[in-house]
Amino acid sequence: MRKAREIDVSLVSEAVKGLFIKANVSIGQDVYNALVQARDRIEGSPIGRSVLDQIIRNHDLARTEQMPICQDTGMAVVFADIGQDVLLTGGDLSAAVNLGVEEAYREGFFRKSVVEDPLFDRRNTGTNTPAVIHTRIIPGDRVKISVTPKGFGSENKSALRVFTPAQGPGEVRDFIRDTVAAAGPDPCPPVLIGVGIGGTVESAAIMAKRATLYPVGRRNPERRYAALEMETLEAVNALGIGPAGLGGTVTCLDIHMDFAPGHIAGTPVVVNICCHAARHAEVSI
Amino acid sequence: MMRYASRIVAPLNDEMVLSLRSGDKVLISGVIFTGRDAAHRRMAENIAENRPLPFDVRGQIIYYVGPSPTPPGRVCGSAGPTTSGRMDPYTPLLLDLGLKGMIGKGKRSPDVIESMKKNRALYFGAVGGAAVLISKCINRMETVAWPELGPEAVFRMRVEDLPVVVLVDSFGNDLYSDGPAGFRRSE
Repeated sequence: MRKAREIDVSLVSEAVKGLFIKANVSIGQDVYNALVQARDRIEGSPIGRSVLDQIIRNHDLARTEQMPICQDTGMAVVFADIGQDVLLTGGDLSAAVNLGVEEAYREGFFRKSVVEDPLFDRRNTGTNTPAVIHTRIIPGDRVKISVTPKGFGSENKSALRVFTPAQGPGEVRDFIRDTVAAAGPDPCPPVLIGVGIGGTVESAAIMAKRATLYPVGRRNPERRYAALEMETLEAVNALGIGPAGLGGTVTCLDIHMDFAPGHIAGTPVVVNICCHAARHAEVSI
Repeated sequence: MMRYASRIVAPLNDEMVLSLRSGDKVLISGVIFTGRDAAHRRMAENIAENRPLPFDVRGQIIYYVGPSPTPPGRVCGSAGPTTSGRMDPYTPLLLDLGLKGMIGKGKRSPDVIESMKKNRALYFGAVGGAAVLISKCINRMETVAWPELGPEAVFRMRVEDLPVVVLVDSFGNDLYSDGPAGFRRSE
């Protein structure tokens, strides 16, 4: 029998800490390039170009001065894909993830934005924990960790609707467009959008969040979904909301969809909006 | 439509407020105060219970921001605007007391815009997410009230040439309606 690969959870803490520090100060090259292209070649509004220019200069400053791109350093969302041949040792995995988050937010001078009780006391936990942790068992002997500090200007504008089988891709496109239209300037456009289609309400929401991590320009491997991504992107950008919502041609940098088999009676669709500071980082242990 | 950036100094008076229009680019210098969700809730409670506010709001500008912690050797952490709409329920109370300006991002309610017209006030937009750039315009920061709220405390900030655009002027013109209208394409 094959022996499991032992991984001490302290390695997970270290990885989570490093990833949050990196993600909060340094935007991915794909998003950066998309912003530069938007400013230099696509955006038709002068005020829109000046907003994009401020966003790009802010990314440059954040990276060189190791300052958080945005003061909202988000709720800490962690995806941990754990190989089934891995044996985690040295303690509790969730505690290890939370320790990494706590250290990153303290040492990085990132804002702590988590309250203990969401409805009554709303007392800040002071550590930016607990993180939202999604674990998944996958084949192999590695642990893959993806993190995303999720700001709430955009999370607040996300939406869920369950469609009937009589409704099709056109209705899904309109739902996404209308969600962005209703959000207007609030989620800090140009936005990135993750969409989860099918499954159940909670699995669609997790799919949507995972889809926000895809690189700009990535298309769904299924060609009909890829076409729907492009068609929806076009419809969203026709809204004219523009950078910072002041009017313009670039409202959305990209839309990523994921789908899963669903029930004969309904199709949940979750639209998760991400601001232009679409921050994430990944590592494999 | 867009005029050359003018420099204004906070606190504001009616003359300054009336001279600016939606779409104008403005550089703000002087003293401003911060406040977001929790501070607004407490200010509203103080008003309801006839207790004094942490600062006299007459003529002042409130910046909706919860800065990230200040690293050693800096004046403040990253400090971009938060979504203003969440402050809408409390804003007319403060405008009635003489608040003259707000800095944030995102749409305001019709009630807030009506109150801005009545009380002659301005709503400025800073670029959401441009938080390091904005922190460079802050020369001094001190806590005025409620330090236990952490990033949600009320801070006094001395700023220099903070770049904003007038989103809603004291006549009720709203750049969020007028700006996108010119770029909307029907299918």
